[in-house]
Amino acid sequence: MKKILIIGAGTAGTMMAVHLSRKLNRKEWSITILDKDENHYYQPGYLFIPFGIYTKQDVIRKGAKYIPAGVEYLLAQADQIIAEQNRVKLKDGREIAYDILIIATGTNIHPEETQGMVENGWRENIFDIYTADGADALSKKLPGFKGGKIAIHVVEMPIKCPVAPLEIAFMIDWFFTNKGMRKDVAIDFVTPMAGAFSKPATAKVMGHLLKERGINLVTDFGTERVEYGKLVSYDKGTVDYDLLITTPTNMGDALMARSGLGDDLNYVPTDKHTLQAKAKDNIFAHLGKMSMKFVYWNILLKGIPVPGIASKMGRMGKIIPQTA
Amino acid sequence: MATKEIAGKTVNVTEEGYLTDPAQWTREVAQAIAAEEGITLTDAHWKVIDFLKKDFAAAGVLASMRRINKTGGIATKDLYDLFPEGPLKKAARIAGLPKPTSCV
Ligand SMILES: Cc1cc2nc3c(=O)[nH]c(=O)nc-3n(C[C@H](O)[C@H](O)[C@H](O)COP(=O)(O)OP(=O)(O)OC[C@H]3O[C@@H](n4cnc5c(N)ncnc54)[C@H](O)[C@@H]3O)c2cc1C
Repeated sequence: MKKILIIGAGTAGTMMAVHLSRKLNRKEWSITILDKDENHYYQPGYLFIPFGIYTKQDVIRKGAKYIPAGVEYLLAQADQIIAEQNRVKLKDGREIAYDILIIATGTNIHPEETQGMVENGWRENIFDIYTADGADALSKKLPGFKGGKIAIHVVEMPIKCPVAPLEIAFMIDWFFTNKGMRKDVAIDFVTPMAGAFSKPATAKVMGHLLKERGINLVTDFGTERVEYGKLVSYDKGTVDYDLLITTPTNMGDALMARSGLGDDLNYVPTDKHTLQAKAKDNIFAHLGKMSMKFVYWNILLKGIPVPGIASKMGRMGKIIPQTA
Repeated sequence: MATKEIAGKTVNVTEEGYLTDPAQWTREVAQAIAAEEGITLTDAHWKVIDFLKKDFAAAGVLASMRRINKTGGIATKDLYDLFPEGPLKKAARIAGLPKPTSCV
């Protein structure tokens, strides 16, 4: 019996468990998925929480609910991946050996990476929409906002869901327009990029739309630190705010650092065509939603090229040595 | 794609003046591009350029400012002092590497 171990039962891990459980021969393969959080969060829903359209409860379900029968689900935190020995140590002391490991631990915000962000007003006049708690805290702040300067802000790229900051900017505009107080609210969109979005064509369209909605675009802003009510850039630019909605530095789980598998942002360097970790062929990482499909085929086909698939999905995986 | 005369050489460049063929990069070309940016290259500049080139060769992508800081050991503040106004864009251009897509 061979084992596939999936770390993380978020979007990607759950989808992998579902797809693989349908296709793999259960006499040959067993699948285990684990998550440190019993809850599964529907993250796109975070955008609606600040405006009272959703509540926090609306975006939370029990993770086990989506795991198909026959797949083992464990509530546990992966503490270290020992890639050389094909096993994972859990925080509770248990160990799991695997043949194939899928790392689907996602990415999270790290406000402490920016000097002063946590100390100078976090969840008081600084909020995020990348966590359920952040969105919930903002929902309590917005109704009482009497007018002033709101900055929508991105610290550094890359970030998960790069359109989310733009979405929140337009929703803030809509919210205060509806309340009849848009003229009392100035909105800045502050980004380290040269435009509103990383892809030039989209950046152009979004740039126009922001302007149309009276949202001021501040580009090339490399945030050095946060003072109370003020963003300061490395080249001494400043943006004042009464309310900051920020996207802090995004990083992968610290598990990667503990396992010696991560880069500067705790992401696992992979072959970009197959998503196999450069460190080890039987570890797949960075699934996301689209790329999940590659991994799926690579595992199913175990590196055997199939006409049509490779061209659609990228190159085939390196053949994984079959340990009996 | 355009070509450009620089430091006595003809090099291929993008519209924004980034070299497209790393083989055409020389230290003289770097100095000439730096001069266009109003920068005189010192040892501190070369440390950044050498790191960017070495890292690009190994990783296949341009290092971020975070990586230059954490792995290259060059503080982001110093990077701004060395290459004012858009340090990564300028340093990449001088190093003959692609323009950063998502960064200052
Ligand atoms: C505000 C916002 C809006 C978005 N809007 C959209 C949208 O409109 N459309 C869209 O397609 N996408 C959207 N997304 C993106 C989408 O939510 C993510 O792409 C998706 O959730 C990523 O899936 P994942 O499985 O990689 O990570 P996640 O879903 O974050 O799951 C990671 C899981 O791993 C677990 N984990 C982490 N470390 C460990 C460990 N050491 N041990 C055990 N478990 C661990 C976590 O508890 C978590 O359950 C949005 C995201 C945000 C934040």
